[in-house]
Amino acid sequence: MSPPRSYQTQAIIIKQSKLGEFDKILTFYTPEFGKLKAVAKGACRPGSKLGGNVEPLTYSLMLLAKGRNLDIVTQSQTIDGFPTLKSDLWCVSCGIYVLELIDSFTMENNENRPLFDLLLDTLHQLCQADSNEIILRYFELHLLHHLGYRPQLHCCAMCNSPLKPVVNFFSSSQGGILCPHCNSKENRHCEPFAFCHSEREKRPKNLAQDRHHKAISLKSSVPLSVDALKILRLWQDCDYATARRVKVKSELSSELEQVLQCYIVHLLQREIKSVSWLKELKKPLDNHGEEN
Amino acid sequence: MTSRYFVSLAEPVARLAEEFNKLPGIGPKNAQRLTYYLLRSSDEEAKALAEAILALKEKIKLCSVCFNITDHDICPICQDKERDHSKICVVEEPSDIPPLERTGKYNGVYHVLHGTISPAQGIAIEELKVKELLSRLQDGSVTEVIVATNPNLDGETTAMYLHHIIVPLGIRVSRLARGLPFGADLEYADDMTLGQALDHRQEF
Repeated sequence: MSPPRSYQTQAIIIKQSKLGEFDKILTFYTPEFGKLKAVAKGACRPGSKLGGNVEPLTYSLMLLAKGRNLDIVTQSQTIDGFPTLKSDLWCVSCGIYVLELIDSFTMENNENRPLFDLLLDTLHQLCQADSNEIILRYFELHLLHHLGYRPQLHCCAMCNSPLKPVVNFFSSSQGGILCPHCNSKENRHCEPFAFCHSEREKRPKNLAQDRHHKAISLKSSVPLSVDALKILRLWQDCDYATARRVKVKSELSSELEQVLQCYIVHLLQREIKSVSWLKELKKPLDNHGEEN
Repeated sequence: MTSRYFVSLAEPVARLAEEFNKLPGIGPKNAQRLTYYLLRSSDEEAKALAEAILALKEKIKLCSVCFNITDHDICPICQDKERDHSKICVVEEPSDIPPLERTGKYNGVYHVLHGTISPAQGIAIEELKVKELLSRLQDGSVTEVIVATNPNLDGETTAMYLHHIIVPLGIRVSRLARGLPFGADLEYADDMTLGQALDHRQEF
C-alpha cells in the first residue's frame, strides 16, 4: 500500500511569503516534523478559506497534501489566534522576535517536540502581559537548552572548578561561565573575536551604547554579575510560573539581555533582525514617559 | 551577455527576448513570442511601446506631499481643493489608492508609506515615509488619520505603531474595519475576523 497522500498536523505559523499573484509559501513549526514549508494556494484571494488561518503567529490544525516539491495546505483551522498578543504593539513584536529565533535556529524536517511545547507555552505567556522581558530571556535560555547549546552555568567551562561568588565571565565561544582565572588565560590566548556587529558599527547613533557593544565584540567574554548568574541558574531549571515570580531590576535585565544576545549572535554568526525593532520600540516609550 | 537559451537568435532579437525574460511571469518561450510579435508589427507600434517605457521612467516621480506616484510635482489628489484635507488615509503602496478611490466613499487625501514595518525582515521605520507623515501632521490642520494598511501581521504592527506615535499629538487615529468579505463562508472564517465582525456589528 502506498503511503497516505495527506496528513494532519498542529502548526504554529512562523512566516509567509508571496508566491505568484494569489498563493503563499508558509513556514511553520510542527510537533511531529519540526519546521516545514508548504504552499497555501489562493490564500491571498478575498474570501479564501485559508486566509486568516495561515497568518504568522497563529496556532492551527492543518491538513496537508504531499506535493512534488512543497506540500500543499488543503485545510487550516485556527486553534488559537493569540488575539490579546496581536492587539498590543510590544507583545506582538516580542512574538515576532520569538518566531524569528525559532526560524533561524531550526532546520526543516527536524523533529523537536520540547521546542514546540516551549514555543507554544511562550506565546501563551506573552498573552498575559506583565513583564515580557523575563519571558524573552526564559525563552532564549530554554531554546538554547533544547537545541543542545545549554550554557554551562554551574562550574567553570574550562577548568571545571566550582564558581566563586565573584564577578565571573560568560564566554560565548566556550558556551558557559569562565572563572576570572581562566578568563584572563583565555583572553591572552585568544585573538580578539569579532562578532557580526558590523551593521551597528556602520551607523553609530548612540555613542555610549556603541562603545559598549564594541567592547563586547572585541572580547570573547563578557563579565557576569553574581545576581545575573543566580537568575540564569534559576531560570535554566524552573518553569514559567516560577520564572515570572522573579523581580528583575532594569539594570540586571539589560545585563541578562546582553549576555544572551552575545551568545545567540555568536551561535548564529549574525544579528537577529527584530532585535533592533524591539530596541526602537523601547526608545519612544521612554521618551513619552519623560514628556508626561 | 546573451544566455544560452537565446544564443541561436540574431543579436537584436536575442537582446530584446532577454529583456522580456527579466519581467515577472515571463519565461524564455513567452519572451520569444513577444519579440517575434514586435518584429512583425508596424514601426509605429514598436516605437510607441519604446516611448511608453522611457516615459514611465522619465516622467513618473513621487508626489512631494503624499508620495503617491504621479507625473506632476504634486499629485492631482493632493492638488484637488474640493477634497477634505483634514483627513489623511495612510496606505502601504500606491496600488492601494485606486481600489479605495473606486469605492467613491472617501473624499480625503492619502499618504503612501511605501512598505510596512517588518521586524523579521529588518525593514525599519526609517525606510518608510513615517517621518514625512508626522511632518504633515505638525500644522494642526489634520483631524483624523485613517490607517488603511493590510490586515495581516506586518500591516497590523505598522498600524499599531502609527497609533502609538500619532495619538500623543491629539489627532484621532482610526483603522479600517475588519469583517467578513463579500462571498465568504462563516464556517471558514478565522476567529479574529469573526470576533471583530461580531464586536462591530451594525444595525440594519
